[in-house]
Amino acid sequence: MDWQGQKLAEQLMQIMLVSSAVVAFISGYVLGSFQIMLLIYAAGVLLTSLITVPNWPFLNHHPLKWLDPSEAEKHPKPVSANTSSKKKAGKK
Amino acid sequence: MHSIGYRANALLTFAVTILALMCAIVSLSDNLNSPSPTAQVQVLNINWFQKKPDGDDEVSLTLNISSNLQSLFTWNTKQVFVFVAAEYETSKNALNQVSLWDGIIPSKEHAKFWIHTTNKYRFVDQGSNLRGRDFNLTLHWHVMPKTGKMFAEKIVMSGYRLPEAYR
Repeated sequence: MDWQGQKLAEQLMQIMLVSSAVVAFISGYVLGSFQIMLLIYAAGVLLTSLITVPNWPFLNHHPLKWLDPSEAEKHPKPVSANTSSKKKAGKK
Repeated sequence: MHSIGYRANALLTFAVTILALMCAIVSLSDNLNSPSPTAQVQVLNINWFQKKPDGDDEVSLTLNISSNLQSLFTWNTKQVFVFVAAEYETSKNALNQVSLWDGIIPSKEHAKFWIHTTNKYRFVDQGSNLRGRDFNLTLHWHVMPKTGKMFAEKIVMSGYRLPEAYR
């Protein structure tokens, strides 16, 4: 997915998990059932994972523009024969 | 958040952290509960009262234990462990506590009860000090939560006395 999608996925995840926890706690407290609270929270976690973890198309509305291969050839990677043997000296 | 594994890991870690916080809040919500338990123990009969061959006194009692512990139960209570102990003082020990009966209360419905029973565990002294002895009967309870800290309290009932002579 793209950068905007990652930000959206992270925000969605945090908001959905916290709100399913709040809903679960309130329902459990009002009904007096610890088990209900855990079940609602587990359902919330599952729903959140279905929405935010897989690579959905709605999270890819601003796809990255990769360079064409022909464009990439015009800017070759710098050759680094000497720097590879001097790695230890070069580290901060 | 750039791969499925990364997002799944972040989600699971956050979900478990939130679960831990929820359990802490549930445990704290128990402090809102103000319990008002009641208890009464009657000694219906002294079945026998003898000195054992090794020199220690032993007595067998029939007790009527009645109690209402329903106000101890909250949504976060798993069970309540309750026991009755006899407490007395001798010249040898400043405090003797002998557990006579215990039980587990699994739910609020079972928390209002009475039971007519002989002592489940033997009432034996360290020595021969029980004749004419005044003792207290204490009902202790341990509230075991589903999540959080267990706490224990008791009600002390005094005014019981063992007979002056063996029977």
